Amino acid sequence: MAKKIKDDIVFAPTGIGEMNEGAVQKGVDLPAATKKNHIDLGLSEEQLLQMYEQMYLQRRFEERSMQQYQKGKFGGFLHLYIGQEAISTGTAHATEPDDDIITAYRDHGWGLVKGITPNEGMAELFGKATGSSRGKGGSMHFAKAENHFWGGYGIVGGHIPINAGFAFANKYNQTGNVSLCFFGDGAVDQGALHETLNLAQLWKLPAIFVVENNGYSMGTAAARHTVAQIVDRAKGYDMKSAVINGMDLFSVYEKMKEIADDVRENSEPWFVEIRTYRFRGHSMSDPQKYRSKEEMEEYQKIDPILRLKSYLTSKKIAGVESLQEIEDKVEQEILDAVKFADESPFPDEKELYEDMFDEDNPYFHV
Amino acid sequence: MAELQFREALKHAIDEEMDRDESVFVMGEEVAEYNGAYKVTEGLLDKYGFKRVIDTPISELGFAGLGVGAAMHGLRPIVEFMTFNFAVLAADQIINHATKVKYMTGGQIDCPIVFRGPNASAGQLGATHSVAYDSMYAHFPGLKVIYPSEPGDAKGLLKSAIRDNNPVVFMESEQMYGMKGEVPDTEDFIIPIGKGKIKREGRDVTLVAHGKMYHVAVQAAAQLAKDGIECEIIDPRTVKPLDIPLIIESIKKTNRCVLVDEAHPFGGLAAEIGFLIQREAFDYLDSPVQRVCLPDVNAPFSKKLFDAWFPSPKNVIDAVNQVTYRI
Repeated sequence: MAKKIKDDIVFAPTGIGEMNEGAVQKGVDLPAATKKNHIDLGLSEEQLLQMYEQMYLQRRFEERSMQQYQKGKFGGFLHLYIGQEAISTGTAHATEPDDDIITAYRDHGWGLVKGITPNEGMAELFGKATGSSRGKGGSMHFAKAENHFWGGYGIVGGHIPINAGFAFANKYNQTGNVSLCFFGDGAVDQGALHETLNLAQLWKLPAIFVVENNGYSMGTAAARHTVAQIVDRAKGYDMKSAVINGMDLFSVYEKMKEIADDVRENSEPWFVEIRTYRFRGHSMSDPQKYRSKEEMEEYQKIDPILRLKSYLTSKKIAGVESLQEIEDKVEQEILDAVKFADESPFPDEKELYEDMFDEDNPYFHV
Repeated sequence: MAELQFREALKHAIDEEMDRDESVFVMGEEVAEYNGAYKVTEGLLDKYGFKRVIDTPISELGFAGLGVGAAMHGLRPIVEFMTFNFAVLAADQIINHATKVKYMTGGQIDCPIVFRGPNASAGQLGATHSVAYDSMYAHFPGLKVIYPSEPGDAKGLLKSAIRDNNPVVFMESEQMYGMKGEVPDTEDFIIPIGKGKIKREGRDVTLVAHGKMYHVAVQAAAQLAKDGIECEIIDPRTVKPLDIPLIIESIKKTNRCVLVDEAHPFGGLAAEIGFLIQREAFDYLDSPVQRVCLPDVNAPFSKKLFDAWFPSPKNVIDAVNQVTYRI
């Protein structure tokens, strides 16, 4: 008997408009934030102010860099971290300075929180010789190896096994350090993740693999590119896992500290899904038709920086004026960084051939 | 001089380097408890233990990437692929990460890693197990590519590769592992990467052949000698850096050249050397350079088709006859 031929076959789940009939469909569902206050978490007021300054720095650095990009000061890609700053900041405070961190190409926030100065960062964006990677990497390849920030990487998922290598080296040399790898929800669909999770669990590597699930793999909503709950991938590997509210600094700090301590203690890996939201497009040329204005507004109400600010003022840890002082200081630092980047020299042409090999007279085929 | 099998020469190189440097370790499929799919790592587990001789799952992308991370972090991994035909799954780590991390971080991070294992065809293994990848890897900046033909070269070059602070692709052959050759007993015998060798002197024609093809060239040269044609055989040993001056010097003497390469013809080492010869020795050539390669066709299984596909001494002799206008 001949089968009836359907003419409405749909493979990939289709876009938001059709799926939710106009209602706000959130890219991610945030788990509840921690109820603990800073004292419960062992955070000093001084530390809170430092965190505020770091988050504000990341935010304004990127807003300024976007402006400079639009002015034509530099080209290439520019993937902004805006909205996700609680993750970098909370993690940096929850871990030790010698713990290793590697991330994907949305890396400016990570670079700044791990010690790349605004000058070095802005100069790198401008492609200047004074940049953190001497102008060789650009926006996607911020790195500060001496601070154990191994850089931003541009192949989705490609840096995930590399983090297992850091953990392997830490275990091999018994350094006691933990290695953390951050990647977007899109990377969850890459085979590299699955091979690495298997290896990490099998070899008991002191590593943490963290999905920064901002709801969108470029323009594809999480529900359209991956099945089930992302965090549940861990179950298949018998790996410890957690879901964290990434819009809340305290939640990130609390859980990441707990996890890092556990990894240090037991040398067993974790798979963590931190749910968050990016307030800007994927890169600079993104009309963002894949999400609604209403959705954006919902998340902007829980902007992690404003959330911390209101905590600081309501708990009378800092007044509006003293926060303003921090903001003014940061603002000036970034304006100085723009000036520094603008006035710095481009790399000398001979540098084209430098940094390819670690040797005195490298061979280049001509 | 000791007479060693190719696999023994490789093992000695790894053993000596592991002995010399605590940060050197080996990982790959079946390298430890199985003692190596081709017995290259035989005995190393017993000597160095499970920390430094590590069996991996069949996850080329995963363990190659893990190796890259370990190398960036200061260790010196030797990553064994059961064959480079499987390493295609790990190509992102070799091509996009190992070779680029130093450059894109402005020199902050080194990646001293060796990717090694058998390359190219090993007989009738069908289309997916028979590809020569040396030219492909040599295409990418930042990689050194070695494909030696004899045990002595293999030992000296593998030791250099392990000590190199940059990523190195080191290629072997299933069909050469049992091959014997002389290996110098000198302590710490090292051959610098990038130096070719004249392995047979001759006045009539230059044959350039490396890896498994070197032995095809040797057979052809023996036949041709009976006919009064004396071939000079140059084994580049290292594909990149390529010892082009050695090749040019020989061509200036013989004025004729046949390139024998186990790769497919398009964009392979033979194509590259051919270009370099026309640039560097155009006025010295008495005939166009010829090449003996695989055809632009996948590896067949059937013995009859395979023999037609694989470069043979007869193909080399025909090419020599062509460049010497003997046909």
